[in-house]
Amino acid sequence: MDALSPILAFAAAVAIGGIVVAAMGRSPAAAFVTYFIAPLSEIWSLQEVALKAAPLALIATGLAFCFRANIWNIGAEGQFVVGGLFGGWIAVATHGMAGPTFWVLPAMLIAGTLAGAAYAMIPALLKVKLGVSEILTSLMLVYVAELLLDYMARGPLRDPAGYNFPQSVTFDDAARLPYLMEGDSLHAGVLIALAAVVIATFVLARTLFGFEVRVLGASPRAARFAGFSDARLTMAVFAISGGAAGLAGIAEVAGKIGQLQPSISPGYGFTAIIVAFLGRLSPVGILVAALVIALTTIGGEGAQIDLKLPLDLTRAFQGLLLALVLGADALSRYQVRLVPGVVR
Amino acid sequence: MTLDIAQMIVVTILAAATPLMIAALGELVVERSGVLNLGVEGMMVLGAAAGFAVAVETGSTLIGAMAGAGTGLALSALFGILTVGLAANQVASGLAMTILGLGLSGLVGAGYVGLKREPAPHLYIPGLTDLPGIGRLVFGQDGFVYAGLALVAGVSWFLWRTRAGLILRAIGDDHTATHALGLKVRKVRFLAVLFGGACAGLAGAYLSLAYTPFWAPAMTAGRGWIALALVVFASWRPLRVLAGAMLFGGATVLQLHAQAAGLGLPGQALSALPYLATILALVLLSLGRRQGGSLAPAALGRVFTPHR
Repeated sequence: MDALSPILAFAAAVAIGGIVVAAMGRSPAAAFVTYFIAPLSEIWSLQEVALKAAPLALIATGLAFCFRANIWNIGAEGQFVVGGLFGGWIAVATHGMAGPTFWVLPAMLIAGTLAGAAYAMIPALLKVKLGVSEILTSLMLVYVAELLLDYMARGPLRDPAGYNFPQSVTFDDAARLPYLMEGDSLHAGVLIALAAVVIATFVLARTLFGFEVRVLGASPRAARFAGFSDARLTMAVFAISGGAAGLAGIAEVAGKIGQLQPSISPGYGFTAIIVAFLGRLSPVGILVAALVIALTTIGGEGAQIDLKLPLDLTRAFQGLLLALVLGADALSRYQVRLVPGVVR
Repeated sequence: MTLDIAQMIVVTILAAATPLMIAALGELVVERSGVLNLGVEGMMVLGAAAGFAVAVETGSTLIGAMAGAGTGLALSALFGILTVGLAANQVASGLAMTILGLGLSGLVGAGYVGLKREPAPHLYIPGLTDLPGIGRLVFGQDGFVYAGLALVAGVSWFLWRTRAGLILRAIGDDHTATHALGLKVRKVRFLAVLFGGACAGLAGAYLSLAYTPFWAPAMTAGRGWIALALVVFASWRPLRVLAGAMLFGGATVLQLHAQAAGLGLPGQALSALPYLATILALVLLSLGRRQGGSLAPAALGRVFTPHR
């Protein structure tokens, strides 16, 4: 039942999506093929799916620690952006530099991770020290991070020889993630995401820390009796999720984009929340969910071109999917009984 | 003349405060009943899109506003089924509503991008509206502003002066005890969620029918989230929502004016102002209340399942 309910929810979402597509005067069968089959039929689109899934899986794996502990970091989008910005800053600063460059890429990845984690410390500290709701502060900081990147990409970090285009210099090769295969678009960011999934699986299931996180979420009272520090765990899961989002951000900048632009994310940080829940907050489930969501996103782009279906349809579908997954949870957690005439 | 300038400033701030006020009042009732609805942003943006689309088709601002409130209500019904009916996680369900609402609003509003309509008509009473200093402020607003102010009074009266309001607050504080008393916990919560959704939709319709007045994708720009912060800031009291909304509206207006005046600060820094102000407000509020515990409804965000 635990694995079945997301599948049921997915089927229901596809059915409702089909009805909506039919209502918009398109063939649901054609839309189904474009969304879910076509992206799997060619090498380049398979690579695109993997490239979209990688940041989603990485961010959602980090978020799983938060959500498991009943801590609500919904600002991963901001941590992603900050990670990309600060990691990318190193690439801009070392552009065209003489001397050994082997350290540039590792430094960028570390800087991005640390920046994301540090940015996540703001809502974490406010929650731990002052009891301010982390939901609101982490979300507000998304807008701030986006505006900061916008300013930096148009201002201080803009390429002076770039004809006033609001973007930085194109990174040197030493500042780019290597491609996995020559001539293709698949870069090493995919491996980072896979490694994160493996490590997170181990940590959550096999370490004391993972146990503490799970207990804190399942029963805060039990966690207190066991002597697990609420504050320490809150900071830790925020650091993990922020670091993962920051790493995803710099991997996106150093991998796919190759320069800093006013906007570097099509909402990965928010979509990752859907992915985390769709994957039942387990790293392996998240990997599968990330691939499914990436598939619908790439399919959605195809549908926009082939069938003139708007991109918002994809977003609505993803929101509906999350709603249905959460609703389907009730079926696996409770025994539903309808008692006529009684509302309590 | 300075009186007139002062009036102009207050009128502008009130206009910016109205959507926050309406959405926050709805959310306040929802949270008082013990449910945390993080879908306000989605319900608001859907209300903005549907309200504008219907108003263009029918040519009536009133019907548009009702459509906005109606779609907000419909989306909140889904939220209610999930969280109240199926005992799903409220935070995650709310986020799902926000994502769903943003997507749906794009679909609904797709054909209406770039269209313009006359803003909602303002009240005009010959003589009274022309009074210097206070005429436009008191007698020259559009219907949404009066509705918002009436809502402050109405919600305040309902929560503290009626039996139903007392029941709602009691359920928000302890759903187990109220359930044991035989009160209909889930029915009350569901109705509260519907009310909150309708308010969020109406607030969105205000944005696209009176404030800007056109439809643009994601035009709410985080106002739904600011409304949520406003409820915390107002410590779950309707009159303080009014004061808080004026404060936040003031921050928005200040940002627009500072941008126009060109203070040498980058535009992005000024755009970040309302968001930073929200964080600052929450921090100051918490600093001011180090002792005495939380004022939040005690059962806020907790899932309720009747045992039998």
